[in-house]
Amino acid sequence: MNKTLLIFRHEFQHMIKRKAFIIMTLIVPVLALIGIGVFQLISTGEPPVVETTTIGYVDEAGGFDQYTTQGYIELVRFDTPSDATAALINGDVSEYFVIPSDYLSTGVINRYTLKRQLETPSAIATVIKNFLTSNMLADKVPPETVYRIEAPLDLVTTRLTETGEVATEQGGYGNVIIPAIFGLLLALSLQASSMYLVEGLGDEKESRLIEVLLSSVSPRQLLTGKVLGLGAAGLVQVVVWLASLPLLLNLASSTIGGFFSTIQLPANFLVLGIVYFILGYLLFAALSAGVGAISPSAREGQPLAMIYTLLVFVPLWFASLLFVFPNSPIWTVLTIFPLTAPIAVMLRLGVTGIAAWELATSLAVMVLSIVGALLLSVKAFRVYLLMYGKRPSWGEIIQSLRSG
Amino acid sequence: MRSWEEVADMLAVEVSHIAKSFADKVAVDNLSFSVAQGEMFGLIGPNGAGKTTTIRMMMDILKPDSGEVTILGEKLNEATKNRLGYLPEERGLYKKLKVLDSIVYLASLKCVDRHSATEKANELLNQTGMLASKNKKIEELSRGMGQIIQFIVTIIHDPQLLILDEPFAGLDPVNTELLKGMLADLRNQGKAVILSTHQMNQVEELCDRILMINNGQDVLYGDLSEIKARYRGNSVLLDFKGELGEVPGVTGRRTHKGYTELMLDGKTTPQQVLAHLLSRGTVINRFEVATPSLNEIFLKEVGKKS
Repeated sequence: MNKTLLIFRHEFQHMIKRKAFIIMTLIVPVLALIGIGVFQLISTGEPPVVETTTIGYVDEAGGFDQYTTQGYIELVRFDTPSDATAALINGDVSEYFVIPSDYLSTGVINRYTLKRQLETPSAIATVIKNFLTSNMLADKVPPETVYRIEAPLDLVTTRLTETGEVATEQGGYGNVIIPAIFGLLLALSLQASSMYLVEGLGDEKESRLIEVLLSSVSPRQLLTGKVLGLGAAGLVQVVVWLASLPLLLNLASSTIGGFFSTIQLPANFLVLGIVYFILGYLLFAALSAGVGAISPSAREGQPLAMIYTLLVFVPLWFASLLFVFPNSPIWTVLTIFPLTAPIAVMLRLGVTGIAAWELATSLAVMVLSIVGALLLSVKAFRVYLLMYGKRPSWGEIIQSLRSG
Repeated sequence: MRSWEEVADMLAVEVSHIAKSFADKVAVDNLSFSVAQGEMFGLIGPNGAGKTTTIRMMMDILKPDSGEVTILGEKLNEATKNRLGYLPEERGLYKKLKVLDSIVYLASLKCVDRHSATEKANELLNQTGMLASKNKKIEELSRGMGQIIQFIVTIIHDPQLLILDEPFAGLDPVNTELLKGMLADLRNQGKAVILSTHQMNQVEELCDRILMINNGQDVLYGDLSEIKARYRGNSVLLDFKGELGEVPGVTGRRTHKGYTELMLDGKTTPQQVLAHLLSRGTVINRFEVATPSLNEIFLKEVGKKS
């Protein structure tokens, strides 16, 4: 058998047997299953009893005496603020408010509570607002109108295609969630496997096993085998994740419903997810091979690997900005820059989609970077192979890559 | 493809005028030597003499600044790598991998198929008394056991040439003897063996020819017995009964434990002294021309150069 293939097989088997890899691969489906299970346990039990809350009020303006039941909140009228305060201290009401006599001209409502709060809970504010609106409009407009004034719109947006048909992808947060989770997992997985490769090479150098390996194979065969082995392990991981997604989503939307039934996988997501996962793996593996080449030991290589594996997270840091400014040119940059491309593409797929030229450029840059990184790594490997215990300076590295 | 006769006649290793400098020092300076098939060759020198650098150039791990290395008749390539066994100075294997799996994997990189590698590994593990450990992880083995496993890895693909860097370092006497026996067998099968070491007694016992280097330079090169003859001093070692009395041609004597060393003048040969003693009827238990040990030659040469 071809020696590159032998190394590939060895590295692949070694990688997929590691505990960290197995945990990372299974954590997605397992956690999701647990989540769905927990939800079912809770939802099949007794529905939670909503306690009725009583709120007091003092009507100094007059005319606020109808609509005292607002959902699960009961409003009780008091004649004076001191009566209301006594009831509050007694625990008969949880809080009270006063409608001053000049309310119509000022709009001021004074609220009194024993609790320390950052701000008025929105449920309470809505109840008070609806109570005031209803009473002021009572007998002036029909009850349906009162209700419509309180809840004037329920916005339903439909995205149409250019031919005027309803688009299959409707956008919204349901579209973002899967790519975002996938992007995060991809970033974690890339970081873990980069560290693993640097560690593996460092160990082989420290134990001088590298000399035994090189008495059998060439540096190019060794590094190519390692990089491909890691890439294949990455592929196994992504296939497990992606294969479990539709199943989990079906399960979640049928048992939980609500938001989960709005979750959609963006078109192209499966294909691009796999493509970027593999390319990302290959690129980070090739870079890690280079770092492994110039580092005398795993301990010294890992901080170096930390630098570029942190870059992979950059699109996630800016994810909230993407939702606000989806068309900023920074996204084009992050999509084309090879280290950030895999995650940036995943995030953008969910939010706005990506122009074809950007995708094409991004893919081309990634492939070129992989080939370039691998060639440089092989060269650096040859030059720095036996520099045990001493890491070359950047000047030396650049000089030797030129001359090597 | 070469014929069998050509292969047998071919030198296992031919190194001509190699040199290698690192940033701050010259590690190997114009070194030439050759190793024949079926020969046990000693590469000796003090620590830092350039032995390991020389080996790494032979293995194409380092590129020489100048000079050429020929291994089994050609420049080292993938095919010759498969016929070569290399045991580096410091040893290590995949700690988490099992013994048998480690051996089979590394053998597969020498193009030995899985089935024959397993078979041969079992045979060698049995021979070294390590069969019981074949399913243990490497990290569970003692240092010496790990070294034996690595030696098995070095020879499992039946290499034509073995290059061993300090193979006896860290081995206990039992394993040292085991290794020596296996090396002698390999030599007798016609393999070329290169031993790089600073342990002179091992070289003296095992090697046919040697190259002694110091500061990257050739100090002594050639047949071990010839070299020793060259350094033979003008004295004999004698163990006898009774009184010795005056012996013609002997200028001085030194008494050691169990024997006496007789210093001869320039004109008298050991044979003349022996003849004289026999004619006098002296009872002789041992008569030996004093030959310096390789260690003494080594110290003398290294001392002279530095």
